[in-house]
Amino acid sequence: MAEQAVQNREKFRIRISKRAEVGTKKAVLFRAISVAAAIIAGGLFILCIGYNPFSVYGTIIKGAFSTSMAFQATVKVMIPLLISSLGVTLAFKMKFWNIGAEGQIIAGAICASYFALFHADLPHFLLMIIMFAAGIIGGGLYGLIPAFFKAKFGTNETLFTLMLNYIALYVIVWLRDGAWADPESGGFPKIARFVSNAQLDKVGGIQVGWIIGLILTVIVFIYLKYTKHGYEISVVSESHATARYAGMNPKKIMLRTMFFSGAVCGIAGMVQATGSDMTLATSVAGGVGFTAIIVAWLAQLEPIAILIVSFLFSVLEKGSSVMQSTFGLSTYCADVLQGIILFFVLAGEFFIRYKFVVNGKERN
Amino acid sequence: MDMFINFLVAAVLAGASLLYGTVGEIINQKSGHLNLGVEGMMAIGACAGFMAGYRFDSLVIAIIAAFLSGAAAALIYAVLTVTFMADQNVTGLTLTIFGCGLSNFIGEYNITRSETGNLKLPEHIMSQLRNIHIPVLSDIPVVGKLFFSYNIFIYLGAIIAIIVYIYLFKTKTGLNLRTIGENPAAADAVGIHVVRSKYINLLIGGGICGIGGAYCSMIVCGGVWMSDSVNGMGWISVALVIFAAWSPLKAIGGSLVFGAFSVLKYYMPKSVITLPNAFYDMLPFVITALILVITSVRKNKGRMQPASCGVNYFREER
Repeated sequence: MAEQAVQNREKFRIRISKRAEVGTKKAVLFRAISVAAAIIAGGLFILCIGYNPFSVYGTIIKGAFSTSMAFQATVKVMIPLLISSLGVTLAFKMKFWNIGAEGQIIAGAICASYFALFHADLPHFLLMIIMFAAGIIGGGLYGLIPAFFKAKFGTNETLFTLMLNYIALYVIVWLRDGAWADPESGGFPKIARFVSNAQLDKVGGIQVGWIIGLILTVIVFIYLKYTKHGYEISVVSESHATARYAGMNPKKIMLRTMFFSGAVCGIAGMVQATGSDMTLATSVAGGVGFTAIIVAWLAQLEPIAILIVSFLFSVLEKGSSVMQSTFGLSTYCADVLQGIILFFVLAGEFFIRYKFVVNGKERN
Repeated sequence: MDMFINFLVAAVLAGASLLYGTVGEIINQKSGHLNLGVEGMMAIGACAGFMAGYRFDSLVIAIIAAFLSGAAAALIYAVLTVTFMADQNVTGLTLTIFGCGLSNFIGEYNITRSETGNLKLPEHIMSQLRNIHIPVLSDIPVVGKLFFSYNIFIYLGAIIAIIVYIYLFKTKTGLNLRTIGENPAAADAVGIHVVRSKYINLLIGGGICGIGGAYCSMIVCGGVWMSDSVNGMGWISVALVIFAAWSPLKAIGGSLVFGAFSVLKYYMPKSVITLPNAFYDMLPFVITALILVITSVRKNKGRMQPASCGVNYFREER
């Protein structure tokens, strides 16, 4: 009897084994399946709270595209998300866990805002260039801090960049309540609105940030794929020892890449402050830095895919804002749906890399 | 003197949610999982605890609900990272976004369906949440106020921290868990059930975080539902794990210190030093960043992260 039981148990042994490389087509198919499953699961969630998933999803799409104004708003949401996703991608390619995009966005925005507030009398074009450069330098230097300590002492960058996010946030609060407080706000804590000379121009009804984002997508794509720097990043990500053996200086590469990563995020901050907010608000990053990490990861750190994923996320974000007026559902619904989608895609990755083996026989 | 005692009491109250989050994250990290979802697990616990208290008017049910929902959130993380071997950083971040979103969503959902336009805990549970008063003990000057005059969450937190310390460092199961965190393959080789142990401990850690969230929504917000009640406490908890050197006992002291930083601005006499409020708010994060740097410079072996933390265990890759 006991033997029989053991045999029976043996019959249903399931184990996990690694898959051989999966082709791109199959991988894309797997991801499409997980996204589809996620949308169904999101629909079940909507059903659970008593709404018709089709009409809610329909409202999201309509809310993002129905009028040209809605579409412009969608793109406006997308701009900082796209740019900062590209920023964190640079660091992630190196397996440097830059969770600090929030902080780097803020640092870039602060530096750019300084010129917008105190040197707004410069010629417009010159001022824009200076502010752009200030964003790059602010974000870049802020990204350099964790890289420096990581290179020098091996300080854990995940937690360190996380702390820098909050420090940057409170720098804005400090400026808002002190040196940069708007004297005409009547005691309401805020920083003055930028004069029109210090505001980013519009192209096609949307701030010029969307062009900057597209250009950066191409630059990051080329940088990672076709330049020596990009190659060095991929070697360092695999092994510092290998990189050293090949005559590279991993520490220098780490510092340089993190400067660029922070700099791109800084651009996102500059564009958001001068193009969309027209002032320096504490919400200038507003969680975009965290969402960017998810976008970058979902897109498998491919710049072109980032363009698509960040657009889809923006549709979800903008469309959800309409849900509030149509269904009385709060915009937090977007976060829940984002989470559900990502959980499914994360689980889906497993099936790309591994497979189940039942009773010693392979099964897909 | 009175001022100083008030300051210490305020520090204890401000640090309590951190203690829960930190102890929960210590268990998670000891099992080899750097869970960045503490904020999300706390937010879900905050929501479940508050809503259960609101509906059933019972503190016990509220705490159990917070624990179970925190554990349920951790279950998502555990399934994805232990079984599906997904990236721990991304999974944790997603859990945070999802958890905070879900918590706020359910809160607003219930607000729009309430008659008064806000959610307020009923009277019975509010009386259970008030500071305890033990005859004689609470009346001792200074000592009574410092030790015997808090709400029930404070004592529960301290008890949990001590129990977790004993569990991790004085029992065989705890030793097994620490082995898994350091070297899962070796643990597997000596017959420890790695996957089961990871699941159980991730869930327990998540549950403890959930209770910490309930503290934020029920005590810190004074019995009225507010969105984002956890407000970064989960992230500070992740940092505090390092400050506490992965010891639940040191976490008690650590959460007190961090609690003190967060209330310092209300108690610093203006005659001594005047600093902008933002500086005080920034202080815990600056200190944590400094501690990160200092511990990495000293490379103290007793104060290191469990070796396999952040790396998923795949049995066939030993």
